[in-house]
Amino acid sequence: MKIGAPKEIEAGEARVAMTPESAVQLQKLGYDCVIEAGAGSAAGFSDATYKAAGVEVVKTAAALWKAADVVAKVRPPVAAETKRLREGQLLISFFYPGQNAELMEAARAKGANVIAMDMVPRISRAQKMDALSSMANIAGYRAVIEAGNNFGRFFTGQITAAGKVPPAKVLVVGAGVAGLAAIGTSTSLGAITYAFDVRPEVAEQVESMGAQFVFLDFEEEQQDGSATGGYASVSSPEFAAAQLAKFRELAPEMDIVITTALIPGRDAPELWTEDMVAAMKPGSVIVDLAAERGGNCKLTVKDEKIVTDNGVTIIGYTDFPSRMAAQSSTLYSTNIRHMMTDLTPGKDGTVVHNMEDDVIRGATAVFAGDITFPPPPPKIAAIAAKPKAPAAKELTPEEKRAAEVTAFKAQTKNQVTLIAIGGALVLGVGLIAPASFMQHFIVFILSVFIGFQVIWNVAHSLHTPLMAVTNAISSIIILGALIQIGSASVLITILAALGIFMASVNIFGGFLVTRRMLAMFQKS
Amino acid sequence: MDFGFTIAAYAVAAVLFILSLGGLSNQESAKRAVWYGIVGMGIAVLATLFGPGSGLWIMSVILIGAGAAVGYQLATRVQMTQMPELVAIMHSLVGLAAVFVGFNAHIEIGRVAAIFFDAGLQFPQPEGPLPVDAYVLLGTLSNFAELIGKKTAVEIGILRVELVLGIWIGAVTFTGSVIAYGKLAGRVDSTAKKLPGGHLLNAGAAGLSLILAAMYLGGAGGWTLVLLTLLALFIGYHLIMGIGGADMPVVVSMLNSYSGWAAAAIGFSLGNDLLIVVGALVGSSGAILSYIMCKAMNRSFVSVILGGFGGPSGPAAKIEGEQIAIDVDGVATALNEADSIIIIPGYGMAVAQAQQAVSELTRKLRAAGKEVRFAIHPVAGRLPGHMNVLLAEAKVPYDIVLEMDEINEDFPKTDVAIVIGSNDIVNPAAQDDPNSPIAGMPVLECWKAKQVFVSKRGQGTGYSGIENPLFYKENTRMFYGDGKKSIDTLLPMIE
Repeated sequence: MKIGAPKEIEAGEARVAMTPESAVQLQKLGYDCVIEAGAGSAAGFSDATYKAAGVEVVKTAAALWKAADVVAKVRPPVAAETKRLREGQLLISFFYPGQNAELMEAARAKGANVIAMDMVPRISRAQKMDALSSMANIAGYRAVIEAGNNFGRFFTGQITAAGKVPPAKVLVVGAGVAGLAAIGTSTSLGAITYAFDVRPEVAEQVESMGAQFVFLDFEEEQQDGSATGGYASVSSPEFAAAQLAKFRELAPEMDIVITTALIPGRDAPELWTEDMVAAMKPGSVIVDLAAERGGNCKLTVKDEKIVTDNGVTIIGYTDFPSRMAAQSSTLYSTNIRHMMTDLTPGKDGTVVHNMEDDVIRGATAVFAGDITFPPPPPKIAAIAAKPKAPAAKELTPEEKRAAEVTAFKAQTKNQVTLIAIGGALVLGVGLIAPASFMQHFIVFILSVFIGFQVIWNVAHSLHTPLMAVTNAISSIIILGALIQIGSASVLITILAALGIFMASVNIFGGFLVTRRMLAMFQKS
Repeated sequence: MDFGFTIAAYAVAAVLFILSLGGLSNQESAKRAVWYGIVGMGIAVLATLFGPGSGLWIMSVILIGAGAAVGYQLATRVQMTQMPELVAIMHSLVGLAAVFVGFNAHIEIGRVAAIFFDAGLQFPQPEGPLPVDAYVLLGTLSNFAELIGKKTAVEIGILRVELVLGIWIGAVTFTGSVIAYGKLAGRVDSTAKKLPGGHLLNAGAAGLSLILAAMYLGGAGGWTLVLLTLLALFIGYHLIMGIGGADMPVVVSMLNSYSGWAAAAIGFSLGNDLLIVVGALVGSSGAILSYIMCKAMNRSFVSVILGGFGGPSGPAAKIEGEQIAIDVDGVATALNEADSIIIIPGYGMAVAQAQQAVSELTRKLRAAGKEVRFAIHPVAGRLPGHMNVLLAEAKVPYDIVLEMDEINEDFPKTDVAIVIGSNDIVNPAAQDDPNSPIAGMPVLECWKAKQVFVSKRGQGTGYSGIENPLFYKENTRMFYGDGKKSIDTLLPMIE
């Protein structure tokens, strides 16, 4: 079968759904790849590199839609493209079926199947095809870069010969994929980064990336994040008030604010009010990643950069991934390729649209003439962490000290008891045994003691050589047989002779094999 | 006759033996240490041949030579995967030698008593200085007989206790080792078998041995000793038959310990300090190894020896999810993308003879600049340290082969963990499920790695018959097939 990627029609869209790299992987799955001429040029992939990767380049979009059995796109199809869909053709793209009922109906009427990349369920197995996360990651990174571009100072604090530069303070609201990417970028640029999220369980992730989590003094049972597929849910009015109060307190200090708060299927919540913007210092920057859905800040203008009266820049771009087209195309095409891998269990270039598969079922919006959206909930729960059980109580220094003392006492008691018992036993033996025995006995006791001291230090990795060598030296019993063989009794001589023979097998075998093993241990 | 020179040589040999064990604390000094052991043994044997063992020395030398030839053959021919068997069969030789030497001591006592009786002298010797005529008579006897002839009644009694102990332990070691060998070599079914009567039979045999020993010490004659030996042989056989294959590390180190104690007991009866020193060293070494193995399985020594796993202490936690298979392409892609990899080998790797392939895989991955390490559980394999030896043979550098405690906390930072032929030692139920039969056993926390591949022949449970929730984890993929073949097909796909 053929997989094709047309040139994106939407203005300003620079991404492409197939890169030369992904085409090579798709060919390994048994597919032929075809691309519309110039489709990758905005993302920096020339037609020649596609050709070099074994991709057929066709001149027009019409030819491509005709040739391809599977069409991979970035944006939802526009009307002209929908018309080109045909029966049995599979379209893979962002589709937003929740908002695009008409488009879905059009595709159904044409008899095409549609897989919406934005509907891939959030389970571990599907992470590799989660295009929303890939794009959010890029958006988060780019948000910081755009902010830096419009911010007149350093991110990192410096002490220079010309004076001290304070570090920038960055607040990231919403610690989803985009938020975390923004946090990571901002901290690695050296800014002091704060982050807030309504899901307290992400505090750990935030802190692991080097930012400070902004906690609210608010007691409320938060909904389990994993119940909503790992996304945030609507919070109570009291909580929202507490949250705004906190932001109001932070606003005058912050140099850069990046808002990423979105709730699935709703307008973006207003988190950064006009009075907060007014309270910010001139030259501060706000990047509103929720601009597409109305913005977390009411002053945000979609797709534009504005400067407020008090000199605060508000960036409302919605095309961050497209602004890094090479990177986002690479990631998106890899997501598509992973989707194709799951659709091609036989690796024979034929699509098996298995509606029993959680991931494929979840992402399919139109299948075999039916609209299959919304999908049933996946069988496997989403990956968001369940709220943690309260952590074990931290011991105070006094308690620790007390525990140590108890442990030490117990150890001492243990040791003294053992010594006492051992001593009593030895004394008991000494009472009955003659002195000639006790002379040997003291040697025995000391040897056992030395044995214990020495063997504990043997490396675990050398336990097999240890066994072989102890085996060899335990054949020291040969001495007994050697002493006895000279006896006048024939029986004794025979038994001793057998003993000597067996022990010497052991001596030579044991030592040789030990040497052989030890010689094999090589350092890299 | 006085053997001051021999005693001095023994002292030197004892020091060399201690150094040789102490040197095993790291790989480099171990190479030197084994020479200490060899030289020590040489000194001890030569000193004995020139001293108290000079009788029939030509025969002794010939026998040693013959033994050397056999030993050489054994040591050079053995495959490293067969090490457990070799060690087990060698223990049996020490055990048998101890039995022979013990019997000789018994016979010699009888002979010396007869000689003294014929000469009309008292035996055993009374307390106090030796009578002159006894001293003259002793001069005519062989070295060993002279040693016995000097003993007083109490000393003869103690000698008998010692030789009974030596024979009994030696006999248990002998049959036990032979069975262990059979199980390890696959000649005896390695599952835990029980004769009807089970542990009662063992206990009965042990009790009977004790009675026979008491009778022998009371002067009941040689037949008690023979019967006692037969009982000990039976105990050794029956005890080890009841222990399954995966518990063999404990069994082999226990037998190692026994062979040491047998040597020490014989040393007492011969009045030979070197035997006592070495016996004690070996005995404590084996005991420590057994202890380490038991600790690594979180089981008491007694429960291992009595065989089998305890039943679950409650309903086992239900395992959710499914085992997801992966093909060789998937593994290759993941490995090519990974930066850090930890390989966890188990006995299955030895069975599939996959260590060379694993080593080659390691070499390739390391050449690609990836960090590859091995995690070894103390009870992986059938012998303490078995995996280390196998990997060393396959030329895996020992500094990337790490112990459980060294590497366990690195799993969360690892991209890919590969489990080859191990099962129980990577079972998360040991930590998560208090009702699991292996609850509390320290395990390698490989499931904390970002991705886990399990190379396994099929969907069976391990030796212990315990389900492994690891196989059902979301980040686990099952790489079914023979370990060696799987890795071999994987190799060309690693860039």
